[in-house]
This record gives sequence, structure tokens and C-alpha cells, in this order.
Amino acid sequence: MATKRVVIDPITRIEGHLRVEVVIDENNVIKDAYSSATLWRGIEVILKGRDPRDAGFMTQRICGVCTYSHYKAGITAVENALGIKPPLNALLTRTLLDFALFFHDHIVHFYQLHALDWVDILSALQADPKKASEEAFKYVPKGYNPIATGEDELREVQKRVANFAKKGDLGPFKNAYFGHKTMKFTPEQNLIALSHYLKTLEMQRIAAQMMAIFGGKNPHPQSLTVGGVTCIMDLQDPARLAEYMTKFKELADYTNRAYYADIVMAAAAYGNEPSVVQKNNLGNYLTYRTMQTSANGWLFDACGYIKDFDLGKFYEIDESKIEEDVTHSWYKDTGFRHPYNGETIPDYTGYVDGESVDGEGNLVKAKVANEKGKYSWIKSPRYDKEPMEVGPLACMVVNYAKGNEKVRKVVDEFLAQTGLPAEALFTTLGRTAARMLQTKTIADYGLEAFNNLVENLKVDQSTVAPYVIDKNKEYKGRFIGDVPRGMLSHWCRIKDGVIENWQAVVPSTWNAGPADGNGKKGAYEVNLIGMKLADPAKPLEVIRNIHSYDPCIACAVHVMDVKGKKLGEFKVDPLYGAC
Amino acid sequence: MLDVQKVKQRIAELRKLPGIAPKSISEILEENGFTRRDFLKWSGALAVTLGLPASFAPVVAEAAEVSDRLPVVWLHLAECTGCSESLLRTDAPTIDDLIFNYINLQYHDTIMAAAGWQAEENYEDALEKFKGRYVLCVEGGVPTKDGGEYLTIGPHAETGLHKLKRTAKDAAAIIAVGTCSSFGGIQAAAPNPTGAKGIHKVLSKPVINVPGCPPSAKNIVGTIVYVILFGQLPAVDNFNRPKFAYGLRIHDLCERRGHFDAGEFVEEFGSEEAMNGFCLYKKGCKGPYTFNNCSRERFNQHTSWPVQAGHGCIGCSEPDFWDSMAPYEEPLANHKFSSVSADATADKVGITILTVAGVAIAAHAAISAIKNPKE
Repeated sequence: MATKRVVIDPITRIEGHLRVEVVIDENNVIKDAYSSATLWRGIEVILKGRDPRDAGFMTQRICGVCTYSHYKAGITAVENALGIKPPLNALLTRTLLDFALFFHDHIVHFYQLHALDWVDILSALQADPKKASEEAFKYVPKGYNPIATGEDELREVQKRVANFAKKGDLGPFKNAYFGHKTMKFTPEQNLIALSHYLKTLEMQRIAAQMMAIFGGKNPHPQSLTVGGVTCIMDLQDPARLAEYMTKFKELADYTNRAYYADIVMAAAAYGNEPSVVQKNNLGNYLTYRTMQTSANGWLFDACGYIKDFDLGKFYEIDESKIEEDVTHSWYKDTGFRHPYNGETIPDYTGYVDGESVDGEGNLVKAKVANEKGKYSWIKSPRYDKEPMEVGPLACMVVNYAKGNEKVRKVVDEFLAQTGLPAEALFTTLGRTAARMLQTKTIADYGLEAFNNLVENLKVDQSTVAPYVIDKNKEYKGRFIGDVPRGMLSHWCRIKDGVIENWQAVVPSTWNAGPADGNGKKGAYEVNLIGMKLADPAKPLEVIRNIHSYDPCIACAVHVMDVKGKKLGEFKVDPLYGAC
Repeated sequence: MLDVQKVKQRIAELRKLPGIAPKSISEILEENGFTRRDFLKWSGALAVTLGLPASFAPVVAEAAEVSDRLPVVWLHLAECTGCSESLLRTDAPTIDDLIFNYINLQYHDTIMAAAGWQAEENYEDALEKFKGRYVLCVEGGVPTKDGGEYLTIGPHAETGLHKLKRTAKDAAAIIAVGTCSSFGGIQAAAPNPTGAKGIHKVLSKPVINVPGCPPSAKNIVGTIVYVILFGQLPAVDNFNRPKFAYGLRIHDLCERRGHFDAGEFVEEFGSEEAMNGFCLYKKGCKGPYTFNNCSRERFNQHTSWPVQAGHGCIGCSEPDFWDSMAPYEEPLANHKFSSVSADATADKVGITILTVAGVAIAAHAAISAIKNPKE
């Protein structure tokens, strides 16, 4: 059987440097796929020997998109190691920052990064604005009206884009996949989505401000400290609290009136596009509780997984079963290792000479992955030796399986409105929808955390817990929790008052890692298999599928040590084995 | 330096170049609901940001009008995309956004529609079509160890180092956006496993550094407009940072400066003093050693900045700050200063200056603390 390879490098509209290669047969059906990260930064190595109080500021720089995730994780891992329990005010304030992050990250992902896989901007110029304006009412949730889709507004959008197109140089939209066979929106639907693309540029600024109120700035907020939060003046200021609440409501409103509606619209338009509704091949989903809303409550409270797409059975996590393998990663082989025992010796072997279908459909010389050998800077995390998908989809389906009432309500209503079966969640469309449903869950229920904070502030002013770091003691601890791209964990060990060892197992590593030593492939690679490409020169189906995970590759490739250095070793504490 | 005639001449030259847009920027702004007056107001504000006399406002406006003659290529190296995200936040005035769109962004892999071969084609086309005319913005440090193998880009697995050098060759101006491309950044912190460097270390052309982790959008846009105005790099300090943005210390315009002078310090986060907004120097604020305009411009449309949120500055726009400013929550003068950077000579100079300043400031803090009747 004659097969051909299509190299896609760079995958754009993501964070970081990623390459994906697919092998197609004579019918353009994907037979195999390889995911390769092309950058290594080595931040954990840099953390060794540093003041534990500094760790959060450095881990934060792992990623500027999920800019708060690694900050909170770095701070929390140290608190966990030192046995610090931050005051409730601090914990809830951190949740407020999470809300801002999720709102920001998810709407920007869908509209600025992912939308160009679904929306044909030039087609929107052919739309009838009146018709589009009326159509927009079809997709909103019950009790809501659409936003930014009035006929007057849509006419303005068309005018603005028409002027832009007339330039003759589309700038960042040049060479897009407009007109591709798998683009399914009608001109009117494209116009609705385009209007929201522009509106989101405005809304994302509000979400960033929302974070800055208690975070000091965005990206890279700076108000967390080991033991609590520093923004005590802002928390004592009723005007600041009101400012936050107002912005939260604006974002919540936008989530329902635009984001939710556009996903319902996409479900209607793309419901029969095979590349979008092809069922995932990997049926394991893993998540960990996130967004604390009260002393003992979490908005998404599940810590565990489901297997084989089975929404009927929830399994609790056992942290000792988290391991990483490097068989196909650019490190000397160590076998499967728990993050506490991780050892990483860089061993870059590069790509090999090969051929790829190029942008014209011709076979040309290219560098390709050495599929039998090593081909990525990302490791392969496994749970109990099995690959797992993490991310909003995992968060939603596992919480659903566990019986989280809020998640069930949001998911069931969406399925009822779209007429989709639950099984449709396990697709490219479902992954993109789940991110929105996670945002909607925050929009509909998040203010509970805010109200609890306000109540608590009336009786308790503490924002930081005191602590000491005993230089004669050894500490170890970790953070685990879902961040916008899925389950993140940071593992640390402190000795002589400084960081002895630091490891992070990040969401995109779970999803984007190469095959492991047992030949089991991660989510990116295995879920592409079986997909048919309309035109191998323009592999939009692959790009759309990969974007549906919201790749964050800087996060995935920092997890390394320098040559020959051991990252320390000790056994997993069974105390951390349950959540 | 501030010769209006020269600037006008420069703009006249630019005007002769073919533009991308069929309409002038003022026409486009007008279509988007901005009046000529709004535009001039914006120009005036930007002139102030740039540290120019008010008489320059109309010239700034003229410069913005010819800005589409300068295509921009934005290259991502070893980075976290925080700088691009910062740029995305630009707002008040919304015109910034339009200006940025209008400057003809030819390549930016976070927002461009094309991927893979199509993206490569855009890149090569831009370099060819706008040879010698494009502004190169670089986000991220450049890994140099082992031939730069720690970063490859594109179907031919070209190293970031090679791509940077090749792209810089025909660039009209090179702007390092953020601390990573300016000074190496987080990945260059000791022991710098990938040999990451600021891009000026591997290029033979002048590079203007716009550091910060991330820098504010105003500083980025301001720098680009400056390049257009003068056809050269703006006035810079020792570290090639534009003086208009990095001319003052954070400390100079800090809202808590009065408390510093009065000797009122936060000793513990979460304390009464913290609630009263006292100075954060003793909690490690590096504002006295850090040159940037955060205390004036703040972030996210003036919503806040770290010091307002109760945390000290960590010195993120200074070279080598990850090593030289640590620990971030302790005053610099409290501990022996030892840098682990490779560039020992530059460091020694920096250390001396920092230490002298540090000792003086610590002395002030101590003396004022004694004088303070509250203590």
C-alpha cells in the first residue's frame, strides 16, 4: 500500500512550537500520526537550588497564555510541602483569578485561535445581514438574546472586513483555508461568528482586567505569595469587589449569548462533517478537582477518570500510578518513572531525511520524525501505563460520570438543545463544545465563590498564613488540579531551605506526547487515525483536530533536566494518594 | 536629536514608498468611528509616552499614517507567548489595535490563519517581497548551545538560531519584545541549560530592547512608531532600552513612595501595614533598581499593577533579573550579591551599581525606620 506523509510545521494559532505529521493512504485516510515538540527550555533545572518562595514566579513563566496556572501551581506545591493552610480568603481569591483565566483563555482560544478552522471570513461578505440577525436567535440558551448580531452591527462588520479585503493583502489572514471543503457554515453563520470574533477582542480585555483587579496585572499576575495573597487592600475595598462582580457578569453574559450560541450553531452546521464528528480512538479521560468555592467545596470536584468512553463508571485517582516514559522522547531511556523519581538526560537525535506532501500537493524533501527512534521533546505521561486525555472534555465527562449536579445540568441542557447524543462529546466537535460548557458552568455557578468570599471577609480579614522554612528539615509536596488545558501537577522537594527537585507534568504533555515504550500512543496521535483528508496539501482537518485540544507547547517541553543530573528520588507518599 | 525637519523628511520619503492600503489611516479610522480629533489626541498621548515635546504630536500622526509602509514579521523563539498576549490586551485607546493591524502584520504565528507549508510560504514571501523594509519583532530568547538544536521551526527543521540570523539580515529594524529576546529571560537563568541568549548577542545589527515580563503594549507600539519617525532606533540607555519607557525607576513615580520617605514599611504580607498600603521595600520590592514605566502606565487599561496589588516589583525589565534580583521577596541589600551569569564583566559593573544603590536604599530604610515614631 502506497502511503504518503504530510508534515505540518509550524502548527500555528497555538502557544509554542509544535509539528504534526500524518501518514495517509491512497484514499487520503490517515493511517498513522506523529506529534513532535520542537523546543526545549528546561525550567525545572533552573529551579534547583532556589528559594522556595521564588518557585511560583519562575514556574509562572512556563506559559504566558495560561499565565496564572503555573504560578498558582508553583506556590501551592510549596505550601503543600511546608504544610501551610492558606486562609479561606486567599483560597477564594485564587479561585476568582481562575475564573478570569478560564473566561479569558477559553473565549480567546475559540474565537482568536480556533475559529479560523470553522469560520470562513470571506464567505461572510456574501451574507444577508438581516437573515443572519434573525438566525442568531435560534442558537442562544433559553432566556437569552443574542449579542453583537443586530442587523446594523452585522452590516458594520461586513463593511469593515470588505475594506480590509480590498487592501489586496490579507496580512495575518493570508493563505488561510477559506473555501476548504470541510468549511460548513453558511455565509450568514460565518457572519455571526465573525462578528463575535471581533467582539471577543473587546471581551478578552475585560477578562484580563478582571484578573488584574486582584492579580495586579495580566499576563503574569503577581499577587500570590506562599501562604496566601497580597492584594489585601483590593479585598478590603468594596468598589474593587463590585468591579470584579460587574466584569464577571459581563463575561458570563457573553458566554451564554455568544460562545454557547456559536457552539450550538457549529453543532448544527458541522454535525455531518465526518472529520469533525469522528469518534475519538482513545476513551480514557482524567481530571482533578479545581476552583474551590467554599471551605470544602469545589466547582468541579471530581478527582479521577473514566475508561473506554463509559460515562456510567467513575474511578478515583491513585497518584502513585502517574508515570512518564521517554522511549520516543529526546532523552536517554529510563523506563517508566513517577515524577518524584524522574530522570532526564537529553539525547537529541533530530529528524531524518524524508518526503512530505507540500502546500501544492507535490512530494518534496523534508525532515521527518524518526518514528522508530526518538522524535519529540515531550515525554509520554501515563496513568497505570495507559494514555489518558486531559482537558475541558475530560473535566466535563468525568465530573458528569461522578454525578456533579452542576456539570450534569449544563451538559444535559446542551445535548437536549442540539439533539446530540452523549457519545457526540467524544469527538473534535465535542472537545470544542466541552471547553465552552466548562466556561458556561463557571458563568452559571461561579459567583457562589465570590459571594462566599464577601461573606467571609465580613468576619475574617486574614489573607496570609504565617510559616517558617526550617533549613534542617526536608519537605516534599505537590499541586494537582485542572487548569484551562487539563490536569496539571507540580511536584517539589525542599532541602537545606532550597529547592532540591522540581517536576511538572502538564496537560499538553498528556495529550501531545509521543508513543510510549509499550507502543501506546497519546491522544493527539491516536485520535487522528482514520480521519480522511479532503486535500492533503491543505490538511485543515488535522489542524482543526489538533486545535480542539488547545495545545500549549511551552508548557509541555520545560519538564527536563540537564545532562547526567539526577532529579532526586523518593517514594510517593501514600498520604497524597487520595484527594 | 529632536529635529522636526529631519523627521518630516523621513516621513516624506516613506510616503513615496508603495503602501498596502488603498486608504489613509485617518480615513480608515474615520470609518471605524474615530474622528480626526480622536486621532490627534491619540497621537499627542503617544508623543508624550515617547517623551517628545507636544509639538511632535502632528508628526506622530503623520508617522502613523505611513506606518503601513513598514511590514512587520514577528518571530517566536524560546518563549511563553506572554508578550503576544500582552499586545492582545492593548486598548485605551482602541486605536492602538487598529494601528497594529494597520502596520501590516505579515507573519505572527499565534494569530495567523495559515499553518505548516502555507505558513512557511507566507514567511518566505514576506522576506522576499519586503526585503530591507520589514520590521522584525522577536519574542523569546535564542537557544545557542549545541548549534541551537533546542529549537527547530518548519518542515525543514531549521534551527531558531539560523532562522533568526537569516531574517535579521534584511530587516530594516529589529525589536526584541520582552525580557527573553532582550536578555535571554527565564531559560537563560542559571544554569542556562540551552545556552539561551538575548538576540543582540548573536546578531551584528543594532537591536532595540523592549524588556518586561511581559512589557506593556504601549511600550511595544511606541517603539515601532519611533522607528518610523526617525528611521533609526530611539534614544536608548546602556541596555538598549528606549528611554521614553525605561528612563525612570519604578520607585520614582511609585504611589507608595511617600511611605518609603516616611519610613513606613510592610514587614509582613497580610498585616495592618499591608492593609494601609505601606512601602514594600522590606518585602523585596525591586522598584528602586528597576527602570520601567509600570508605576505610571500600570497594566490592563490602568486597572492595577503589582505594587498596587500588594506585591513588590521583581525587576522583570532588568537584564539577568531572575538571578540578580532573587529572592524576590527579600530586599536586595539583605543578602550577599552573587550572580551566576556567564557574562561576568557586565555583571560586575551591574553589581557594583546595584550594590551601592542597594546599600544606600537599605540605609535609608533603616534610618527612616528608626525615625518613624510608629515603630
